[in-house]
Amino acid sequence: MDLLAFFDIAVLDGTVRLATPLLLACLAGLFSERAGIFDIGLEGKMLISAFLAAAVSFTSGSVWIGMFAGIFASVLLSLLHGLASITFRGNQLISGVAINFFASGITVVAAQSWFGQGGRTPSLSGDARFESIQFPGALTRIRDINKADLPMKVYSELLSGHTIIVYMCILIVPLVWWILYRTRFGLRLRAVGENPGAVDTAGISVVRMRYMAVIICGVLCGMAGAYLSTGLQAGFVREMTAGRGYIALAALIFAKWKPWSALGATLLFGYLQALAIRPDILERAIGIRVQTQVLDALPYILTVIVLAGFVGKAIPPKAGGEPYVKER
Amino acid sequence: MNKMPNWADTILVPLLSLLLAAVISGVVIALIGHNPIYALKLMVSGALGTSTNFSYTLYYATNFIFTGLAVAVAYHARMFNIGGEGQAYIGGLGAALACLYIPWPHWTLALIGGGLAAAIFGAAWAAIPAYLQAKRGSHIVITTIMFNYMSYPVVNYLLNGPIKAEGMEPATPSFAAEIALPNLSAILGTFGIAFSDRGPANFALVIALLACVGVWILIWRTKLGYETRAFGESESAAKYAGINPTKIIMIAMLISGALAGMMAINNVMGEAERLVLNAVEGAGFIGIAVALMGRNHPLGILIAALLFGILYQGGAELSAELRIPREMVTVIQALVILFTGALDNMVRMPIEKLFLSLRRKEAK
Repeated sequence: MDLLAFFDIAVLDGTVRLATPLLLACLAGLFSERAGIFDIGLEGKMLISAFLAAAVSFTSGSVWIGMFAGIFASVLLSLLHGLASITFRGNQLISGVAINFFASGITVVAAQSWFGQGGRTPSLSGDARFESIQFPGALTRIRDINKADLPMKVYSELLSGHTIIVYMCILIVPLVWWILYRTRFGLRLRAVGENPGAVDTAGISVVRMRYMAVIICGVLCGMAGAYLSTGLQAGFVREMTAGRGYIALAALIFAKWKPWSALGATLLFGYLQALAIRPDILERAIGIRVQTQVLDALPYILTVIVLAGFVGKAIPPKAGGEPYVKER
Repeated sequence: MNKMPNWADTILVPLLSLLLAAVISGVVIALIGHNPIYALKLMVSGALGTSTNFSYTLYYATNFIFTGLAVAVAYHARMFNIGGEGQAYIGGLGAALACLYIPWPHWTLALIGGGLAAAIFGAAWAAIPAYLQAKRGSHIVITTIMFNYMSYPVVNYLLNGPIKAEGMEPATPSFAAEIALPNLSAILGTFGIAFSDRGPANFALVIALLACVGVWILIWRTKLGYETRAFGESESAAKYAGINPTKIIMIAMLISGALAGMMAINNVMGEAERLVLNAVEGAGFIGIAVALMGRNHPLGILIAALLFGILYQGGAELSAELRIPREMVTVIQALVILFTGALDNMVRMPIEKLFLSLRRKEAK
């Protein structure tokens, strides 16, 4: 047993990489749910963005154009969700499920028709991918890093060498907090999820506020998806989101719909995912060999435990999931 | 007073929703460079052209009847069970264990024993999400999805280890030949009807039809069904009437899980006669579309399941002939869920207006 192995720098580095898409998706869900729109469709929006970002990056050779294409697709699905759940007051859960299936199917159909490689995009390289940014003086070769002392390891592997989206994420949490709690827009957004009637009485359009929220949700999901296929990995493969949208939702509940807690929750889930791909380190840490299937199931088991409320009661926004009917 | 006649609500609205889904699917097929009319013809002939093809259609429809009923029963208690996929997979595990390790003397006994095991395993897989929803308020949608994701590594582990057959493939050994369920050609043959014996449709279809009747009786002709529907309509009113929410949620979800698990009678016991990886092939998810389209009524589910059977078997033809991936069916399924479920009001509201204005004219 070597409990220190739990803090292996490689695992922590993986945590940062894997928590990034979860955090973006979690904050996306936060905007939507704080405005009273449940969004099961985070998964589908990430997936369609992952596909289009990779496809357009490959075709255009620029990862930025690719990311904007991904965000565009994700926002389109957001607007569809808005149309169903805000304008036509449909069931928000059903709409989300439909969006997830749509993305799951259309990405493979389109990828096959576009590239003919069995539902995936070609591998991305060069400018078609988010390159990792090396800090000055950071070691890049694994052999050098392994020989270095701890502060240098932390600097070279944990802090340096991520893509720009990861570094942007560091700024995004305080930004979301500031928007939500320190701006008029944020106040109205929160109010529309708690008591839309009051917002309406104050002369503010509930429909407009909610559409704004789902659009922001789409942008963030789009970034998360684009990061998956052009930052974390080099290209799109079918179902590459692998339940991350749902895990982000669970993290959101775990975080009780608060931005800073969302950071903590997604880092935790990211850590578990990072541990799951390094069974050797887990074995060193607890001294027992663990079946890979246990590790595969671990993030989902933990999600259920979190949802079961063993970590305190989570109270969702009051008007969540309820369509607003003006003429009452 | 109803805004429109009953037939418009139960037939016209779903039909229009379906038409919208079909048109958009056609647009998608056109966009990827194929002729939608030709694709439709191909699908219909692929699904209904020969009695072998039709046997495949019926086989898929049987799966969808089980998963569709599963979604519907939960839905009457206003529980959205997305976990049919995992419940059917674990149900398959139950059926496989029962068929492998108990020496049944005759297929009828194997059917009862295996079917029961499938139902119990499926119900057990639904039990934890149900309990967490009823007692701790954890959202059933997310927990059932998590249980789907958990079912894959569970079966994956067993098929690669403890119950793996010899050889490379991660699958159980084949069941004993004596307990194979009779296929549809044998059943129809006893009535003197000729039917292809090369297709996979089997005795499970009969069980599925019985399940439809059973669910209808349960929901509309028993006290429990009445309580379930009352709870689904209004939780607070049901509580006031002395209906125990925990009991209703648990029972509805257990029955739902059992029905999803019983799909194994068809795909595991009837067709493959062993358990393979990814045995459910998305049928659990298609159940959502089937239940929505069928308005959560067994008769509607029967029709919707047949339609999706045609779609699924026709989709196989599309991928063979035109190299359009099978995932095209997922797209169509999503569109059906979208239009019959989420955008229901978009289709419904104009029709309601139409009928109201017609009625006003009559009154004059």
